[in-house]
Amino acid sequence: MKKTAEAVIIGGGISGLSIAYNLASRGMRDVVVLEKNYLFSGSTGRCGAGVRQQWGTEMNCALGKATCEIFENLNEMLDFEDDIEFKQGGYLMMAVTEKEVELFKKNVELQHKMGIPSVMLTPQEALDIVPELNIEGILACAFCNKDGHANPFKTMQAYAEAAKRHGAQIYTYTEATGIDVEQGRVKGVETNRGYISTEKVVIAAGAWSRHVGKLAGCDVPVRPERHQILVTEPVNPILEPMLMSFAGNIYLQQEPGGEFIMGYGPAPHETFNLSSTWDFVETMCKKATHYLPYLKNIRIVRQWAGLYEMSPDAQPILGRAEEVEGIYLATGFSGHGFMFGPITGQLMAEYIMGLPTTLPIDKLDVGRFKRGELISEPSVV
Amino acid sequence: MTKSKTIICRCEDVTLEEIEAVIKKGYTSMEEIKRITRCGMGQCQGRTCRSLLLAELAKATNTPPSEIKVTTYRPPVKNVKMSVILGGMEDEENS
Repeated sequence: MKKTAEAVIIGGGISGLSIAYNLASRGMRDVVVLEKNYLFSGSTGRCGAGVRQQWGTEMNCALGKATCEIFENLNEMLDFEDDIEFKQGGYLMMAVTEKEVELFKKNVELQHKMGIPSVMLTPQEALDIVPELNIEGILACAFCNKDGHANPFKTMQAYAEAAKRHGAQIYTYTEATGIDVEQGRVKGVETNRGYISTEKVVIAAGAWSRHVGKLAGCDVPVRPERHQILVTEPVNPILEPMLMSFAGNIYLQQEPGGEFIMGYGPAPHETFNLSSTWDFVETMCKKATHYLPYLKNIRIVRQWAGLYEMSPDAQPILGRAEEVEGIYLATGFSGHGFMFGPITGQLMAEYIMGLPTTLPIDKLDVGRFKRGELISEPSVV
Repeated sequence: MTKSKTIICRCEDVTLEEIEAVIKKGYTSMEEIKRITRCGMGQCQGRTCRSLLLAELAKATNTPPSEIKVTTYRPPVKNVKMSVILGGMEDEENS
């Protein structure tokens, strides 16, 4: 294992790997990623894999659009011999209350201003996209054909292998156990496999970011929340878009391989518990078969859970830590870490290397919580 | 029999050749191999291939199988139609 590094990234999920690739490909030497478990073990490897541009704030629209454009070209950009399986079947957002209809109309207006090709659809028009959809109770839909989903394992693999080709080191089963700080500056990282001296540490540890921050005396205000998910047997492709409802609290998509993946958000509850519950399966089946009755005849093969790292305003935290010089934060994605991963890596690499960032990230700094400048994004599950 | 025609995971059509290739690339945990190749992610959830993969990984990495961590077993034990689960709920509501 290396004894010194220019930057140590704590967390080997999509954010950490994407930051590593972007740093290394911009010429930073000796980039190290620490992953405490196996690759794919954290939240990215457990996620619902959606990627969308349909957001309700200008900043998220810009981030969503930029990340989508990277996903579109990721196989080529990372010289990936396999395929990240980015499928742009769109997101069909279903409004079930008048308030949601108004929100979607406002969002679509904003999205158009941002160059995002979303449209409002009547329930009848939604049937052209999903003929089997039960439109009972749906008042209107918003649809963007550029949204979609990708294979999180393949996407991580693509970033990991490209980062390595550019000289980055990825150490699995290697946990940061301490962060060495002297006179307000970071000096190194202690791990279960030895010490690495470095002047730059990036905390990209998802739900564990608060814990990692504490190692350096930094407050990283994220809390873990369990979200469950299930996958069915593969069947012929019949569902193009990701179906989503905020009020109905559900997302549901069919992978290119034919499996349906679906989940819904729990009541807020702080936990690191990753166990699966029977209750989830029952409620999930009820919700899913309501919208797509044909799912009744499809078998569930597996359920699991992953952790969202919730920030106080459910928006990412990007930038530097306030307490210690040399510590950077890329966390708090609150369930959207995978989709924002590609753009996160680019922006954080630019920021860490002192380059102008492609999109402004100053509003996403950790200081906003103390200043009371929380971001209000209406379009989150 | 050639390795490209030797099936390890019959649900997901994963061959011995593919398994050996990812091990060679440095993915040496069963969890990683499962996620990259989908070996064990199909309908039977690894009932057959879990032990085959374990044996191949042990051989390729020169590690006793007892020292290799096997993939997590996840519910349900057997795949089950949504209608079965919903049927149970309806019965309860009606009883």
